[in-house]
Amino acid sequence: MNEFMRKLLMLPPQASTLARSIDYLHYFVIITTMIGAAGVAALTLYFLIRYREGTGRDRNPPPDTRPHHARGGVSLWFELSVFGGLLALFVVWWIIGFSQFIRIAEPPPDSMTIYVVGKQWMWSFAYPHGAGSNGVLYVPAGRPVKLLMTSRDVIHSFYVPDFRLKTDVVPGRTTQLWFEVKEPGRHPVYCAEMCGPGHSEMRAEVIALADADYERMIQGLAQAQVAGPVQGLAIPFEAEPREPLSLAAMGQRVAAEAGCLRCHTVDGTPHIAPTWAGLYDAVIPLADGTQLIADAAYLTRSIMDPAAEIHRGFTNVMPSYQGILTAPQIGAIVEYIHSLRDVSRSPGEAPLPAPIQGTVPLVTPLEGTAPGEPRAAVPNSTGATP
Amino acid sequence: MTSYLTETTGIKSWLLTKDHKRIGLLFMIATALALILGGVFALLLRFELVNPGPDFMDGLTYNRMFTHHGIVMVFLFMVPVIPTVFGNFFLPMMLGAPDVAFPRLNLASFYVYCAGAVIVLASLWFGGVDTGWTFYTPYSTSSPTAVATAAFGVFVVGVSSILTGLNFIVTVHTLRAKNLKWMEMPLFVWAIYATAIIQVIATPVLGMSLTLVAVDHAWALGIFDPNMGGDPVLFQHLFWFYSHPAVYIMILPAMGVVSEVVCTFSHNRPSSYRAIAFSSLGIAFIGFLTWGHHMFVAGMSVLDVGIFGILSMFVAIFSAIKVFTWTITLKHGRIRFTTPMLYFFGFMFLFVFGGMTGVAVATSSLDVHWTDTYFVVAHFHFIMVGGTLTMYLAAIHYWFPKMFGRMYPERWGLVGATGVILGFIFTFTPQFLLGNAGMPRRYWTYPAEYQWLHVASTAGATILALGLVVTLGYLIWALFKGPRAERNPWDSRSYEWLAPTPPPVHNFEAPLEITRGPYDYHLPESP
Repeated sequence: MNEFMRKLLMLPPQASTLARSIDYLHYFVIITTMIGAAGVAALTLYFLIRYREGTGRDRNPPPDTRPHHARGGVSLWFELSVFGGLLALFVVWWIIGFSQFIRIAEPPPDSMTIYVVGKQWMWSFAYPHGAGSNGVLYVPAGRPVKLLMTSRDVIHSFYVPDFRLKTDVVPGRTTQLWFEVKEPGRHPVYCAEMCGPGHSEMRAEVIALADADYERMIQGLAQAQVAGPVQGLAIPFEAEPREPLSLAAMGQRVAAEAGCLRCHTVDGTPHIAPTWAGLYDAVIPLADGTQLIADAAYLTRSIMDPAAEIHRGFTNVMPSYQGILTAPQIGAIVEYIHSLRDVSRSPGEAPLPAPIQGTVPLVTPLEGTAPGEPRAAVPNSTGATP
Repeated sequence: MTSYLTETTGIKSWLLTKDHKRIGLLFMIATALALILGGVFALLLRFELVNPGPDFMDGLTYNRMFTHHGIVMVFLFMVPVIPTVFGNFFLPMMLGAPDVAFPRLNLASFYVYCAGAVIVLASLWFGGVDTGWTFYTPYSTSSPTAVATAAFGVFVVGVSSILTGLNFIVTVHTLRAKNLKWMEMPLFVWAIYATAIIQVIATPVLGMSLTLVAVDHAWALGIFDPNMGGDPVLFQHLFWFYSHPAVYIMILPAMGVVSEVVCTFSHNRPSSYRAIAFSSLGIAFIGFLTWGHHMFVAGMSVLDVGIFGILSMFVAIFSAIKVFTWTITLKHGRIRFTTPMLYFFGFMFLFVFGGMTGVAVATSSLDVHWTDTYFVVAHFHFIMVGGTLTMYLAAIHYWFPKMFGRMYPERWGLVGATGVILGFIFTFTPQFLLGNAGMPRRYWTYPAEYQWLHVASTAGATILALGLVVTLGYLIWALFKGPRAERNPWDSRSYEWLAPTPPPVHNFEAPLEITRGPYDYHLPESP
């Protein structure tokens, strides 16, 4: 029954511990709504047909003798019980909904804390042991996790449909969101508050891992095996590093992790941002009408300050990665773009790069600009203005 | 006696008219242009969304497009349309008055509206606005687009709204015909009166908050910028304090049209006049206490969420009273099934479904999933647009004979209405499901699994647009070629039908003396 209704209403999987009970209320509310709307429409239609002109069922003419404020033959008691019943129904929704809301708002005392920073247009996560990641939030399955969230620029909203949860991420405030993922798996994250031209690309992913895998992951000791659909370019996870990575392969991994490949293609396919295929050392036209050579210096500048020199024909939706990527990581990405120099810019001709062997830490060490650090000094300050 | 259409001629006699009927027609043209413009924006958005990736827009263009769709539809069409067109034309006639209380102010409100509309549209020229019609800070105060221009335009349109509201309140209080008691005014007057109260009280708050945004945007004062000690969420409180009641500014006049249409075409008095009249006032009052339900996940305290949740449900009870009363009014009537009645039937489904999903999104735990998704988009289009647009079209058809002295073609009317209603349902039902599936609002690219629902929605929007084009076509035909209308073709008892068709400049041949109620269908229709 639950599965049938969930699929009928196109709800996503119920991945958090709260999702199922919220969905039950959803079914109750929506079924009642449909019955209400269909019932009123049916009754209206019935009256429209039964009392249509020419059937002689009307009361006038002849002049009727109803009192001035007659109710069409409906007694006051009937009317009162209809509205009383309706109000009671709504109050029941309210009681169930509000009690669930209180559960959503109150994290269990033993939840672990992860700090989240929203920024145009990416999500950054900082973990208790001092590690950090962009675009992918790793959490242990079966343990309550509390996110303390803030924004560096405008209001964003951290939304995980599979968890039925969402909280606005507001600059100058720390808001919180907690959940417990039932099983290991991957769940998309969307920004739900309009935050600029890159709003619909401000996506991320929650990856829930078994407890032990999570611990190893967070200490940067090993990679975990994760099943499920992959967003963007697939990076196969390896249990054992086989050989040291080349700089370009490391760049590919960093680019996938940092979300670059969601806009930049590597096979020449046109997409939201200029393709990296054949970009290195190419002469590119800029939005201001000039041209330049896309050398290592330009590519590095564009990662740090994307708005400065924009490729003609593209809108600036790219966030600055200054302070987010380390110097070695940027070097690796530039080297990766270098390695794509000979890929044809027209789509379909070059094969996708072969899967990388070996591994680099997915989780980068925390920099001085650690997200959430200053705000973390005031825990549980949800809704309060500092 | 010559009609208001032919009494004076020449372009100047129209542009400088102080006749409430001609001003109503000027507003009708202006708001119809706004509807067409907003509709074209909507179609462009829908076609961009047919594919999950970029098609013919980029992110910034898409954001500008939905912002201008929202601003044009809300501030230039739905808020003003029924009060300024049908309120202007019929409120004085329903009171037996020769004109509104302040005819010059009335004309001024038209030009202030035009000025505001021009400024809003000029902002398109200066780079457009990409903040959404909600202007949320701090994005709006930091956006490089023409936020200040558009905000100023909306401010000016708001001034027009206040002038109209003020005029109507004074007219209802002072210009009722001899013997016309408050409880014998047509129900449309009550609805417009309740709306006017909201317009006068709430619109200044909108003007104030948009001024703060514009000033903040222009000179970076940091009123809503946390880096300078401001509070971005404060703006949301201020904005929704107007914009939630604004929902009732849009729907209450539509409800007034429903009451008139139902009573006229079922030749029956409303099953409870008081219930309809007072629930309008009830909605107007409670509507001021529910703004927080837009902000359940924006960082409000849990207690506030509970309070705003329960208050929102009372609005639904008042609306339910109205729905119930209209339905029972049909009982024992003598129903003539015309185009306005088909719109009424569509309205009943859209309004009840949209209304109950409104209670659903006021249910706090469900709102956490639904807010800022397509579910909310579908909900407010059902209730606001489904309610207001259907009743705007019903009102055009219902009053067309009185306004222009000609009949519209009934069969074409039914065809157009069927297209509009079915197209509407096909457009927004998939969007409810998109919201359930987790598709956020205001995304111009989206994960591919949502595509088929977007395609279905775009198909529905096309049907809706065709229905509107057909309607516009035969109405223009009827304007010139329709058969001549009698004085009271629907056999209504409401007072505006006592005037000649089309009415003369001062509406009635002689001052009206009220001897019976506006719904006394058991009495003969005596002028």
